[in-house]
Amino acid sequence: MADAALGHAPRAGGAGTGLLRRALAGTTLPVLTVIAAILALWYAACIPMNIHGTVNMARAHGFEAVPASRGERRNMGAFELVALNPAAIPHVWSAEKPRLPAPHQVGAEIWRTVALTAPNDPRGLIYHAWVTLSATALGFLIGMGLGILLAIGIVHNRAMDLSVMPWAIASQTIPILAIAPMVIVVLASVGLTGLLPKALIAAYLSFFPVVVGMVKGLRSPDAMQLDLLRTYSASPMQVLLRLRLPASMPYLFTSLKIGAAASLVGTIVGELPTGGAGLGARLLAGSYFGQTIQIWSALFVAAFLAALLVGAIGAVQGATLRRMGMAAR
Amino acid sequence: MTAVRAPYALAALVVALGALIDTRLALVLAGWLAAWGANAWIAQQGGPAARWLVPAIFGITLIAIWEAVVQLFNVPFVILPPPSAVADRIAASTDLLYADFMQTFVKGALSGYAMGVVAGFAVALVADRFDFLRRGLLPVGNMMAALPIVGTAPIFVMWFGSNWESKAAVVFTMVFFPVLVNTVQGLKEATAQQRDLMATYAASYGQTLWRLRLPAAMPFIFNGLKIGSTLALIGAIVAEFFGSPIVGMGFRISTSVGTLALDMVWAEIAIAALAGSLFYGAVALTERAVTFWHPSQRR
Repeated sequence: MADAALGHAPRAGGAGTGLLRRALAGTTLPVLTVIAAILALWYAACIPMNIHGTVNMARAHGFEAVPASRGERRNMGAFELVALNPAAIPHVWSAEKPRLPAPHQVGAEIWRTVALTAPNDPRGLIYHAWVTLSATALGFLIGMGLGILLAIGIVHNRAMDLSVMPWAIASQTIPILAIAPMVIVVLASVGLTGLLPKALIAAYLSFFPVVVGMVKGLRSPDAMQLDLLRTYSASPMQVLLRLRLPASMPYLFTSLKIGAAASLVGTIVGELPTGGAGLGARLLAGSYFGQTIQIWSALFVAAFLAALLVGAIGAVQGATLRRMGMAAR
Repeated sequence: MTAVRAPYALAALVVALGALIDTRLALVLAGWLAAWGANAWIAQQGGPAARWLVPAIFGITLIAIWEAVVQLFNVPFVILPPPSAVADRIAASTDLLYADFMQTFVKGALSGYAMGVVAGFAVALVADRFDFLRRGLLPVGNMMAALPIVGTAPIFVMWFGSNWESKAAVVFTMVFFPVLVNTVQGLKEATAQQRDLMATYAASYGQTLWRLRLPAAMPFIFNGLKIGSTLALIGAIVAEFFGSPIVGMGFRISTSVGTLALDMVWAEIAIAALAGSLFYGAVALTERAVTFWHPSQRR
């Protein structure tokens, strides 16, 4: 269908169709369509998901629940209940503790806790997002630094390569994330609390993607380039600084994006047992008290943080690769 | 001669310095350096045996040093149990560990993985037929694959109850997007020339898909499958932190942390590591069999 429109648009001509053609050929319109479809599905899904809760509150909304007894309703299917209680439909998108909050409810909650609450107020999401982001960033920087150092060591030392690399690759198949809460509890028992334990988990998770990616990148110069530097009688240090490191940049940024996303997940999971501040603690508190809107808004802020981190690395990547003359795709 | 002896002199110096601080430290350092020296020597000799011997020695050394440090320095059990205690625990409670494994890995992770792979693949096939849908889904899917989807665990536990269904749902969501994105990308791999050839054969859509485009997409699809295989176990375990029946690896880890039974925690981790590696290895072996023609598989 899109192809047909593409074929006819140029012949039709005119500024309006030209604009339409560009919108169809690019990704903006398709992406917006997909997002609109997801939102429409979401609103539609709210009806069967929330119908039981809404009909239970029928008196408050000013209509009569159709099977009057609660037990009878509990055993009914969601769609049957919707058909019997059309009056309930307008109320499914405004329930207080819905099973599935409507998008605008989540949006309003985010607006209330982000824009209308002071940044240092523990009731606001900026405070929690900052706690999570600072631990993530610290851990990510530690993991990145150590990862690059280990990769340089691996490239220059054959014994290190043979002994560490298989374990570095194998460790990525191990669900380390699962012990994040344990690490937090154990470190707390030796008196280490606050930012650092979470940062250590974030560092560990971003460490191995960086090592694996950087080793690949530092080895990416081909034999001819390495031979050229040998004819210049370059020292290993010079080979590293002038050839290997610049050549590894595309690999570095790709693995940094993976590492940043991994360290954010690590921090959030690490925050589960701390119970105090952070998006992970917010998720757990929301799940304890059935505050679904709170869970969803914390989730969306976490998604925003992930996009922010990956986007920031992407921007640095674009600028670096452009300055180095490598095509930034 | 001196150039060869220098590392030995350095090692001796490090051990001597360690001995000045603590004799136990000197012992640990000497053990570490001896193993490292052996590794360096084997690595220098080269040969096919070095490829597995060196990492094996490294791994064994790590475990031995862990045991030695815990024993020599009397590290409290609640901080780091020795590997021998963990091995004892595994041997003593195989029934419990097996039940946890079945609950979390087979019921939660594997079923969710299978459903996520099938759904991601099906949606990718549909998206591939409609270019508009493909251009819309690909950026959204890429975005979703980078998000902390584990965070949806409390929602799914609320919807599907605390048994394995909610874990499978979390795993499904985590696996779906990498598979979708990679399959869509892989289906674009067959070149225009190859497609034209199929067209000259008057091949139908199904024939082109089955004989050309799916085989060409396999390296990408397996990339998605491998990413998903590591995510599956993580999703299943972490989801159990938000609510579970009284069985399961995540449940055991969180309750054992609560009672400071760290040997049990490490036993579960060892099982999880083994299961995760075997799962990944199985996917990687299948990949080798299916994409034997790909340059990365040639040896």
